[in-house]
Amino acid sequence: MSSKTRLFQLWLKKPAWRALLLWALPAAFLAYFFYQPLLALISMVLTGRFAVVSPTWGIDLSALNLNRIWQPLTFTVGQAALSTLLTLIIGLPGAWLFARFTFPGKRALKILTTLPFILPTVVVAAGFNALLGPRGWVNLGLMALFNLPAPPIQFLNTFGAILVAHVFYNTTIIIRVVSNAWSVQNIRLRHAAQVLGASPWRTFREVTLPLLKPAIIAGTFLVFLFNFTSFGVVLMLGGPQFATLEVEIYVQALHLLNLPMASVLSILQLLCTLLITLGHNRVAGLGDMAISPAAQKIGVRKPRKGLERLVVILLITALFVLLVAPLGALALRSFVKLEPTRGERGEIQQGLTLQFYRELGVNRRGDLFFVPPITAARNSFIFALMTIVITLSLGLLVAYALLTRAKINHFLDPLLMLPLGASAITLGLGFIIVFNQPPFSTVRFPILIPIAHSLVALPFIVRTLSPALMNIPSSLRNAARVLGASPLRVWREVDLPLLAPAILVSTIFALTISLGEFGASTFLVRPEYPTMPVAIFRYISQPGALNYGQALAMSTILMIVCALGIFTIERLQLPGKDMF
Amino acid sequence: MLTVEKIAKSYQGQPLLNGVSFEIHASETVCLLGPSGSGKSTLLRIITGLEEPEGGDVLWKGVSLADTPAHQRRFGLMFQDYALFPHRNVEENIAFGLRMQNLPQAEIHTRVQSVLETIDMSSFAQRKVTDLSGGEQQRVALARALAPNPRLLMLDEPLGALDRTLREQLSQELRRILHNTQVPAIYVTHDQDEAYAIADRLLLLHNGIILQSGQPHEFYHHPRNTWVAKFFGLGNLVEGKVTAHSPIQVETPLGLIQARCDRAAPAVGEKVALLFRPTMANLSLTLENNPIRGKVLDQVFQGGNYRITLHINQSVPQFIIVLPEPIQIGADLQVYYNPSDVLCLENNLEII
Repeated sequence: MSSKTRLFQLWLKKPAWRALLLWALPAAFLAYFFYQPLLALISMVLTGRFAVVSPTWGIDLSALNLNRIWQPLTFTVGQAALSTLLTLIIGLPGAWLFARFTFPGKRALKILTTLPFILPTVVVAAGFNALLGPRGWVNLGLMALFNLPAPPIQFLNTFGAILVAHVFYNTTIIIRVVSNAWSVQNIRLRHAAQVLGASPWRTFREVTLPLLKPAIIAGTFLVFLFNFTSFGVVLMLGGPQFATLEVEIYVQALHLLNLPMASVLSILQLLCTLLITLGHNRVAGLGDMAISPAAQKIGVRKPRKGLERLVVILLITALFVLLVAPLGALALRSFVKLEPTRGERGEIQQGLTLQFYRELGVNRRGDLFFVPPITAARNSFIFALMTIVITLSLGLLVAYALLTRAKINHFLDPLLMLPLGASAITLGLGFIIVFNQPPFSTVRFPILIPIAHSLVALPFIVRTLSPALMNIPSSLRNAARVLGASPLRVWREVDLPLLAPAILVSTIFALTISLGEFGASTFLVRPEYPTMPVAIFRYISQPGALNYGQALAMSTILMIVCALGIFTIERLQLPGKDMF
Repeated sequence: MLTVEKIAKSYQGQPLLNGVSFEIHASETVCLLGPSGSGKSTLLRIITGLEEPEGGDVLWKGVSLADTPAHQRRFGLMFQDYALFPHRNVEENIAFGLRMQNLPQAEIHTRVQSVLETIDMSSFAQRKVTDLSGGEQQRVALARALAPNPRLLMLDEPLGALDRTLREQLSQELRRILHNTQVPAIYVTHDQDEAYAIADRLLLLHNGIILQSGQPHEFYHHPRNTWVAKFFGLGNLVEGKVTAHSPIQVETPLGLIQARCDRAAPAVGEKVALLFRPTMANLSLTLENNPIRGKVLDQVFQGGNYRITLHINQSVPQFIIVLPEPIQIGADLQVYYNPSDVLCLENNLEII
């Protein structure tokens, strides 16, 4: 053995150096693809120089129309607050239901509640469109029933549509976070209060509720954050007149080509999400006050007769309708033809059909910028595959770096998590500002899309892999070493098999996040390389039954892939699963 | 004051309590003793009203409590894990029961201060309960249970989570506080030393019934059957068959043994068990009674005495005696038991 390799090995034994080596690639990736665009955005806004993009755009900050900033900001905050309130009104009773009761179908309902975690926004938007839109079940049904000439319910492009979709998305977050905290509460605390003379209502007010408060506040912050950064739902269901910050950035950047304005809004958005995230982190974890190892968890029971039973049944029904109706409507609508295809005259053939699925492979328009929808699906899966490869390799490196417990982790780990707070729109905007030049602009294949998807997915992947890796007792590795396994062999025989479930979960996360990602993709997509969500967005707003049906068919496929993914994760039951 | 009448309760389909009955008198501390899983804590929860019995009744001064919910019974309960409210400080925890009685703020404050003094923790009033040590939490839990002046105090293994030395120290303190407050108390434990230290009276719960009740020394001198003798670790139990009355003679693997009986004399031919207390073994040759011969297997010095393990034969492989002097391991030894020191018990256990 040469002295050089020996020196290298000695050097590797020090945790600090090993951490540095493991961090090198992920840190470089983040620095180049996340922090460089982000800093470019910030510096453009701070210096008021937009010359980086084009010398003709040297706009002074003071010349910006403040109203164009103030309006979307107040609207964003307002709709987020209202959505959050509505979510709490449905979610808190839901949490009570899951924490306290057993009922038939509880397992099924619980699995259903995991769905919104991972469903792409375009799918949810398409679902509500298929249920309540002008061509949805409810409107067509009412029209047929009462012989109406036009859809009676105006749902699309209303404020209500945004609120309903947000409630659909976030109710399950409140249910999960609060019912988890509720079900691990020590039942003896309640007993103690009762024996000390507190009535059941007083016990709830003085003991149960104060103990739930940290979880409720943390959940509220989280829901507010998601509502604040909501993009696809607002764009597809709210229409142009309801512009949140995200939508305004999108409109300014892609439609009005006003990059300076978009940048200012992006920075504002980033600051807001940072504030919300900081607020969340302050309260998250405050609830972990378990002081006794012998704590006895509260038990679940069947609802008693009478009022309690009625309330429970109503709650179950409400949750079921909320979760299942839009998704069921979507799947059903994609198999049923109810209106004429564009250009079709006279009596149309109504009824069950596979036409929308068959037509996915056909480019009807013969347009250069329109590819057959199946191509979009193929693209999406290629991007997803690349995202999986990138995030898994980087994620494993980071997980092993975090395992070294080197000091550098305290500094790098939060930096890795920041992309969670930055919105996909900001990411997309930063990308087109910084990378709109060779080599990226010259390559035909939009390599930036899987890179953007990876940045979005990486924090989730790390939060899945790292706890799983830390859970492997180092004694297992030591035992394998003593029994004669080389370091590489130890990794193959001990680490890899024990990490396998976490790796599978990470793969599913990367897959579903990439397949459903909409915000960044709208910025980076090339006409000849659309992704599924982008194609759905294009098709659903086109007239004609065929376009609509194809959009719903694609949404259904996406929904099924994501549902299979989340059910698999749910079955694996990993420790890092409830990362919210 | 408290009457527990034929309480029955099952757990996961298995009967847990099978008609438990007992009474608690004024200012009496009663220890409810029993092995883990015997239903002690369940019984306490039924008395407090936190759980409903499937049969039987709980009465206070002759009045049934069946329709009185837990929060109106004015009983105190101290939990095994203390169940201190983590979101309230020491003072607020102790004040909780007083607030539930809607007492004026000033009175609550005085009462809390005086209780804090009782447990020697006046300077801890503003501390977070999560910052307290195990022993301190235990004392705060006791203070919280005592503050509203309950008419009955129940303590569920209150020292269970503490280490040995702290337990001995705190059990004395508990005894002092309980005697000073004069509140009738039910003290649940599975530790007999703790029970001896605290109790005026013991109740032994086994197989869902009160197997034996009485003062601590009664359990020592007059265990009701082999299960009680074994639970209290009273000594060697040897099975045998009665061959004669007055004096009682029992045929055992040790030979023919003369014994004493507390209860109605067993019939000839009845299968019984004999209790030989280790400390009652005699080396003196003048007594030619009940000789027991064996080979010394092991001896352990126990501060003043020697604990000697004898091998007698295949049926009685180990027989423990305590002697004031050491015997060489491997030596043959013969000891004698006075017939009045061998107790004939109802046998309800497979001993070997």
